[in-house]
Amino acid sequence: MKNVELLVIGGGPAGLCAAISAAEAGVDVLLAERDEWLGGQLVKQTHMFFGSEKQHASVRGVDIGKLLVKKVEEYKNVEVMKNATVLGLYEDRVVTIQQDGNYVKVNPKSVIITTGASEKTLVFPNNDLPGVYGAGAVQTLMNVYGVKPGNKVLMVGAGNIGLIVSYQLMQAGVDVEAIVDASPNIGGYLVHASKIRRMGVPILTRHTVKEAIGKEALEAAVIWELDDKWQPIPGSEQKLDVDVMCISVGLTPLSELLWQIGCKMEFVGELGGFVPTRSDKLQTSLDGIFVAGDVAGVEEASSAMVEGSLAGLSASSYLGYKIDVVKELERDYLNQLNDLRSGPVGEKIRQGLAKALISEQAANPGQGS
Amino acid sequence: MRIEDHPVLEFKRGKKISFTYNGEKVEGYEGETIAAALHAAGVQVLSYSDRHRPRGFYCAIGNCSSCFMEVNGESNVKVCIEPLQEGMDVKTQKGKGEIV
Ligand SMILES: Cc1cc2nc3c(=O)[nH]c(=O)nc-3n(C[C@H](O)[C@H](O)[C@H](O)COP(=O)(O)OP(=O)(O)OC[C@H]3O[C@@H](n4cnc5c(N)ncnc54)[C@H](O)[C@@H]3O)c2cc1C
Ligand code: FES
Repeated sequence: MKNVELLVIGGGPAGLCAAISAAEAGVDVLLAERDEWLGGQLVKQTHMFFGSEKQHASVRGVDIGKLLVKKVEEYKNVEVMKNATVLGLYEDRVVTIQQDGNYVKVNPKSVIITTGASEKTLVFPNNDLPGVYGAGAVQTLMNVYGVKPGNKVLMVGAGNIGLIVSYQLMQAGVDVEAIVDASPNIGGYLVHASKIRRMGVPILTRHTVKEAIGKEALEAAVIWELDDKWQPIPGSEQKLDVDVMCISVGLTPLSELLWQIGCKMEFVGELGGFVPTRSDKLQTSLDGIFVAGDVAGVEEASSAMVEGSLAGLSASSYLGYKIDVVKELERDYLNQLNDLRSGPVGEKIRQGLAKALISEQAANPGQGS
Repeated sequence: MRIEDHPVLEFKRGKKISFTYNGEKVEGYEGETIAAALHAAGVQVLSYSDRHRPRGFYCAIGNCSSCFMEVNGESNVKVCIEPLQEGMDVKTQKGKGEIV
């Protein structure tokens, strides 16, 4: 059994920032990452990021990842385990990890869970045919391995991911036949949408997939229109000859470990599904167990990074490390999160968080103002 | 199926590696996953389900278990995250696969 002060599970932007912030406070950190590399979803994001300068806006996602990895590697008190999947997180706080076929047990005093999210799927006949892929999968294949997913693509979902991946498909020389979205509105930023429309790709709102066609792999897709009540309109079918269908209908938190250890979970649609309830400083319902990033609610890399830093700070305080500027840092991180979630774009997240936050008052009724 | 010219990205491919797919020799590059190498070689069907339906990858990051294949005699290997190695013996998996 290996004893550690702080275990960070997941090496995406949230986990990297959590490790950096705790290491800076002097905590000995073990960071376990399932992949062979660190960076999480950032490694496939070749577009420049939105956000503010503090979260590296207008730097390409993949480069932000490299920056954070370099920083983590500078700390002598951070041990990184790659190729290391956390399998179990037990009530007695024993954690089991599989690394390169070996089984390791770890006993941490505190844990920050930053396992990210996984892509949702969509129900229609033959949705299991090869050629029907998650948008993130297509992005990984293209941007990490330099392999085209196919020749002609139907993109399902016009949120930011659907729009960005469509653009990246065209950059890679793949035709995008159309983007469909069941909702009457385009979910992603309109700047992205207009850019794609200018390149000749139709964005069909109020449309969804009727079925996929193919024997061994996708050969065509049938789409149809929806009425005001989201019901398909018979006779509106269109058949598209595509060999790839990209599903981009949102992500859902990868929360198995949180369920296993027994954190209180709440279904919050705005945050992508079941999420752990947490304090504003990101502690779950369990003492010393913290969360940050997409697993706490599907959002963005910018907020994942700030949440990671905040969770790292909270874990350090929990472990008894005295940091002079802790109050100022906390305030700064909370302000950054408020800024990122301000305005109409952040409304959904704000509504979601309102349901997931356990305020001091709710935890101790009768106290406070 | 490989991207050669890209406006933003440059692909530094590792050295060439050969492996077998259902007994046939296929080439890929060091540093890529089995699924990426197979896809580049035009292979989309990785397994057949219990009901004989063809299966390909779905998430490509190890979350969904849609990409199981038999690798060096071992069933249920997630080929979307399994690094390609020289001489690997990769086979289409049928059903749940044998667990030895
Ligand atoms: C196409 C696309 C475009 C995007 N564009 C933007 C953008 O422009 N701006 C922006 O701010 N955000 C953007 N995002 C969102 C952003 O990528 C995510 O919000 C962010 O990566 C979340 O960070 P994270 O650290 O929470 O999770 P992730 O990046 O998903 O990292 C989680 C890590 O945990 C590891 N892990 C999971 N389970 C285990 C386990 N059991 N054991 C060990 N390790 C485990 C995973 O391998 C992974 O490395 C985009 C996302 C996508 C898909
Ligand atoms: S494709 Fe999802 S686990 Fe491999």
